[in-house]
Amino acid sequence: MTAVIAAEALEKRYGDVAAVDGISFEVQAGEAFGLLGPNGAGKSTTMRMLGAVSSRTGGTLSILGLDPDRSGPEIRAQLGVVPQTDNLDRELRVRDNLLVYGRYFGMSRRDLGPRADALLEFAQLADRAKAKVDELSGGMKRRLTIARALVNDPRILLLDEPTTGLDPQARHILWDRLFRLKEQGTTLVLTTHYMDEAEQLCDRLVVVDKGVIMAEGSPAELIARYSSREVLEVRFGSEHNVRVAEQLTGLGDRVEVLPDRILVYTDNGERELAAIVGQGLSPITSLVRRSSLEDVFLRLTGRSLVE
Amino acid sequence: MTTVLGAPVDHAEAARRARRWGFWYATEHRLLGMRAYAGTILAATFGNPVIYLFALGVGLASLVDRSAGEITADGHGYLTFVAPALLGIAAVTAAMDESTYAVMAGFKWDATYFAMNAAPLSPAQIATGNVLVVVLRLLAACTVYHLFLLAFGAVPSPLGWLTILAATLGGTAVAACLVAFSSSLKGEDSPLALVMRFVITPMMLFSGTFFPLASLPLFLQPIGWVSPLWHATELGRVFNYGMVEPIWLTAAHVLYLLAVIAIGWMLAVRITRRRLGG
Amino acid sequence: MTALEQRSAAPVPRSGRLLGALYAGNARAVLARGLTATRSSNWVVVLSGFLEPVLYLLSLGIGLGSVIGTVRAGSGAEIGYAAYIAPALLAVSAMNGAIMDSTWNVFFKMHFSKLYQGMVSTSLGPFDVALGEIALALLRGALYALGFLVIMQALGLNLAWTALLALPAILLIAAGFASVGMAVTSFVKTFQQMEWIQFFLLPMFLFSATFYPITVYPPPIQVLVQVFPLYHGVELVRGLTTGILEPGMLLHVLYYVVMVALGIVFTTRRLRALFLD
Repeated sequence: MTAVIAAEALEKRYGDVAAVDGISFEVQAGEAFGLLGPNGAGKSTTMRMLGAVSSRTGGTLSILGLDPDRSGPEIRAQLGVVPQTDNLDRELRVRDNLLVYGRYFGMSRRDLGPRADALLEFAQLADRAKAKVDELSGGMKRRLTIARALVNDPRILLLDEPTTGLDPQARHILWDRLFRLKEQGTTLVLTTHYMDEAEQLCDRLVVVDKGVIMAEGSPAELIARYSSREVLEVRFGSEHNVRVAEQLTGLGDRVEVLPDRILVYTDNGERELAAIVGQGLSPITSLVRRSSLEDVFLRLTGRSLVE
Repeated sequence: MTTVLGAPVDHAEAARRARRWGFWYATEHRLLGMRAYAGTILAATFGNPVIYLFALGVGLASLVDRSAGEITADGHGYLTFVAPALLGIAAVTAAMDESTYAVMAGFKWDATYFAMNAAPLSPAQIATGNVLVVVLRLLAACTVYHLFLLAFGAVPSPLGWLTILAATLGGTAVAACLVAFSSSLKGEDSPLALVMRFVITPMMLFSGTFFPLASLPLFLQPIGWVSPLWHATELGRVFNYGMVEPIWLTAAHVLYLLAVIAIGWMLAVRITRRRLGG
Repeated sequence: MTALEQRSAAPVPRSGRLLGALYAGNARAVLARGLTATRSSNWVVVLSGFLEPVLYLLSLGIGLGSVIGTVRAGSGAEIGYAAYIAPALLAVSAMNGAIMDSTWNVFFKMHFSKLYQGMVSTSLGPFDVALGEIALALLRGALYALGFLVIMQALGLNLAWTALLALPAILLIAAGFASVGMAVTSFVKTFQQMEWIQFFLLPMFLFSATFYPITVYPPPIQVLVQVFPLYHGVELVRGLTTGILEPGMLLHVLYYVVMVALGIVFTTRRLRALFLD
């Protein structure tokens, strides 16, 4: 395996504020790599540096063996970029968006015709070729943006929150398309808020917060390292949770009290539930579930809102 | 690693072409975008000359031509005097069309410039495309206008066609500055409305367009000296009916317009680079 | 039950037979919303709208006027060129302001900010909305007109006391354009279509006896000019500021009264179709 992206102590400062504060990671060819973090963690800034459109203020960055500060066009010729908000050209029709974008890579109109048709087929938009962009649904626009990003047969596809704002059907269609690209050997780098998405798509991921990397590994590794196998959720009513929780200390690996419920991190949720009932306590509701990446994420980045 | 998506792309060649021809790809993008409002462009290009020439050439000229002197182009009539100004005003109007909201849309509403920059195009090439597209539209629009002027008999000199270039230079000078300004706008669009009212409209009215600059009080005449429209109009009058002025002044018109274009263009490049790469 | 009855003390929409669900008798609320929004808008932009006709007056009235000298106004006496075009510019600015408020503003609120959808989901009806918005346009137009009349007075371009009557005349003209403008806008779906309104206004601006008498044109074209509204506005205001009064001016007034009536009827019908059907 060879690294297609190598970041070492990568840093981006705006005046005194460090949006990205010395992060290091590598992405291997053919890998699906995720950047997770709350709003303002520095994900989008990192993505823009990876896209060779924003210059770093410190550290080193190598993309496909090239330095983005010197070889921007050479790098961008090999990238596909799906930005956070669609920036399709609304003055052009669906297929024209692909043709015009292909021209930015110096491709000839003759080659672009069949290519645009193949991409529309791939994005399941063939019957919308002549439609105006504004007539597309959110999911369709997203797929068109991805098709556009593929027009230059990119070696790396950068996706910034690819499914934010889409309904479940649209998300699943999109995941399927991304999975096919991965199977064909395209390297995927994506940011997301959705933990299920990260578990679905990513071979490996880093959790970033406040511009630094908090953890790195495969989804399974991270769950094993930062959470337990199962989580028991019990509710005693908003006014009783805190008092009841005092009686539960010592249960499982860890007990966390939230305003609306109590979480018990454990290897065996059913056993802990039996212990609680055995103490004469009767929760209003109880739920045993497998630990997820979301538990890891909240453990690492905290529960308070980031605005 | 051929995919279902068609033939693989030669990435090195793509980068080479983008480095060399990227400014043209950016221009091409804007030209294609014009198709969406082709109707209003054509109406402006063909309709405005007819309307203005009938209003000023037939209507207003009937009042003015009772007088004499510079304003009647030394006997050729008011229409001949005002023709280069009309051409210049049409150029400035078309230039505004392409260099204000259209540019803001690329940064803000549609964010297409970010998409172009994510492809191999550089910010400088995108800014250059924004200026170049205006030059192309102005050349076309001014040529059409010139044909109407010929039909109305407002072009006595055989060098009259050079007025097309004078107006294109003037319009491009305004456009280059507006592209730079529009590229810097991040908030709502009210500063643009103010520029229209406090800069563009006074420029059109006080640049020696409908009457000689010398008829204005002395303290207002500097408006003309800094106005690209005045330089373009005076240059046009030299070509259109052989208005007499010192040769150094004619050269100064050309140099001034070229300088404004260069400064506006460089500012546009710098602002676009900061905006896209920040 | 009692709690519910107490709550419904809010004014019950008045229902006439003709307007029915269209009118709650509360156009005030729409006007008040407009004034509140104006307060938070950029005042330089609002005030600068007043500047444009003044610039035209200074440039063409003073600059070009120094070359042209005097013009024969109607059947009356020769008057200075600035005094000739000033009332025309006043009428044009009333038209432009009313059109701006009733087309672009209304279009934006209808299709982008969805303001009207929010309004008609309260007890307000479309007729309240139309009336309130037109009232706001008139209020702004009246302010601009007053400012321009003061400038005309300072430059000595008001030739008779009847110039005072130009203010109500301007309001009538603005009401005509605003009500018809709203009716037209209610049919418009895209920005491109909005641009076409501008193309209709430009020739009207240039040909309606604004900068020179229409007698320079052959009779058929003169008749054509008189079909369109701006000519009547220009001639009405010009008669009042110059004091050259003619019985024909009553026809100009009648033209606008009919225009306002037709505009309001059409607008209300369209709003009903857009929001209530």
